[in-house]
Amino acid sequence: MKAQPTRWLIWKWISKTCWSNSSTLKKIAPGGATPGATSGTVYGKVPKNWSGEIMSSTDVGTARTARGRELNLQQQRVRAAYMFLIPMLVMLAVVAAWPLFRSISFSFTDASANTIFNGQSEWIGFENYLERRVRSNGEVRWRGILADGDWWNAVWNTVRFSLISVSLETFFGLLVALVLNAEFKGRGLVRAAILIPWAIPTVVSARMWGWMLNDQFGIINHLMMSIGLIDQPIAWTASSDTSMIAVLIVDVWKTTPFMALLILAGLQLIPRDMYEAAKIDGVHPVRVFFKITLPLLRPAIMVAVIFRALDALRIFDLIYLLTPQSDATVTMSVLSYREIQQFGDYGEGSAMSTLLFFIITLFVLLYIKLGKVDLSGEKS
Amino acid sequence: MERTPFWNVMFYLGVLVIVVIAVFPFYYAVLTSFETGTAIFRPNLLPEAFSMKNYDQVMNQRSFGRSVLNSVFIASTTVCFALLLAVTASYALARVRFRGRGLLLMTILGVSMFPQIAVLSGLYELVNFLGIYNRPFSLILSYTIFTLPFTVWVLTTFMRELPVEIEEAAIVDGATPWVIITKVFMPLLWPALVTTGLLAFIGAWNEFLFALTFTISETQRTVPVAIALLSGASVQEIPWGPIMAASVMVTVPLIVLVLIFQRKIVAGLTAGGVKG
Repeated sequence: MKAQPTRWLIWKWISKTCWSNSSTLKKIAPGGATPGATSGTVYGKVPKNWSGEIMSSTDVGTARTARGRELNLQQQRVRAAYMFLIPMLVMLAVVAAWPLFRSISFSFTDASANTIFNGQSEWIGFENYLERRVRSNGEVRWRGILADGDWWNAVWNTVRFSLISVSLETFFGLLVALVLNAEFKGRGLVRAAILIPWAIPTVVSARMWGWMLNDQFGIINHLMMSIGLIDQPIAWTASSDTSMIAVLIVDVWKTTPFMALLILAGLQLIPRDMYEAAKIDGVHPVRVFFKITLPLLRPAIMVAVIFRALDALRIFDLIYLLTPQSDATVTMSVLSYREIQQFGDYGEGSAMSTLLFFIITLFVLLYIKLGKVDLSGEKS
Repeated sequence: MERTPFWNVMFYLGVLVIVVIAVFPFYYAVLTSFETGTAIFRPNLLPEAFSMKNYDQVMNQRSFGRSVLNSVFIASTTVCFALLLAVTASYALARVRFRGRGLLLMTILGVSMFPQIAVLSGLYELVNFLGIYNRPFSLILSYTIFTLPFTVWVLTTFMRELPVEIEEAAIVDGATPWVIITKVFMPLLWPALVTTGLLAFIGAWNEFLFALTFTISETQRTVPVAIALLSGASVQEIPWGPIMAASVMVTVPLIVLVLIFQRKIVAGLTAGGVKG
């Protein structure tokens, strides 16, 4: 029965956060906010008016007018809300939805740099994706990006890069967050220091690290050779064996701070008395970490991981600048860009970007479904 | 947790390692930017030479100053525009309950997250159609794709936290939603607006893919593209000195901003959970 205080505190904390949240939810949500609410189907629990108590005490006449006015007020609020949303939605439709639709459309045409603007590109169905060709001698040939080794290489690179970088960043981010969560002298200074990699533009960090990883004059090779880790300089960014490692080093360096800050925010939400209770119970610190800290951190980590993973899956600038020609690091975004800009093949390039878009969408949906992540904050 | 002296030393060693790893690359870039000639090719950890030649060289290229101006103009216009649209929209999303709000929020988040390359050819067509190819407005327009959803999302989170009582009092006094936003919420939201604006600014300042695609002439480039395309006298010779000097010049203001607004940035990042 020794563990009881700990458990009880966890329970208290959870129930407290739940209750306080549900009450604010009721307060924010006035009655009749939507057509559905008046019939009591959608927001059945929500009180029918602002304070929630007028209805019972006043006489029917005043109650009716009050309710009428309130409905009016509510309708007015919803109408205003729509008016406020329209400019933003129109803008998003112009810059996001329409270009996305056009890109997907291009992926079904043979659009090239010459035909993209004069409407002469032709609809070719799924040929950019996969096309079956029978040669005169009866030989069957598959064409299109789904039958293209370069594409699958890019897919593999993207997946590999995302998995490794996000895992490493989560690990180091957690480590840094735990350090920053401890009290020590100069904590503010350390937090400021780790914000620096985050603030540096990707282009600059690619150039900086490109210089440090330079095969002849780079400081990294120099240091590693002087302490005897390697015998001869490594061509970090140029060699196909190490280019992925180079990209991973730079990405982990640059984005671990972001991960650490998100996890730190989650850490600071865990009440101190929970640790004190565990200490009174004599629970070993390692056990405390796995039984209290980690489970309570899970939501924060899940959200941080999804944001980082989405960023990793679409990575472009770092790889484009650090290892421009390497086949070992080319990702879906880079390959698609090459196809569009260098070869002017808008059809095939758009097909690649469309596939990337659907892969990412699928990933997000799966992650939200499996991880039960509440990204919109509607339920919390 | 009590720490024995041994663990105390280990802890501070760990802290030191974190700080060195975080700061060293930038320190080394600063070091390199002051070196010229053969000194640049001798790896050294402590300053050995000091020369402003690299900085002179970068500043004497007329297009670099122009790129900085372009970046400042594009990033600030984008941010102002996004904030203008986002303040009212996030009020609607945070304070008014209507059907489909959750779905709308998820869509907005989705837009801020989707791969830029997926809209590239469509945007390229749009930019040409509007006749703004190779003009700053092409970038202002395309940057709205990520700054607008980001600002809406973060401001919505901030606005949710404002106490309900203030709004209720305003409603009792007969304030319309517009009055509530401009007269009641705006004064309270200033810190949030600064944070969000700053994060969006950094995002727009650092953007590379659209800037690379939608500009062609040297005078229209933004800073990231200018640095990426900085080349020496010959193709083989990468001008590391000037590149480092240019990098330091565009990064120092950012780092200063970040250090000044440190606390606010951390709050904004965690509120949005979105990479700036």
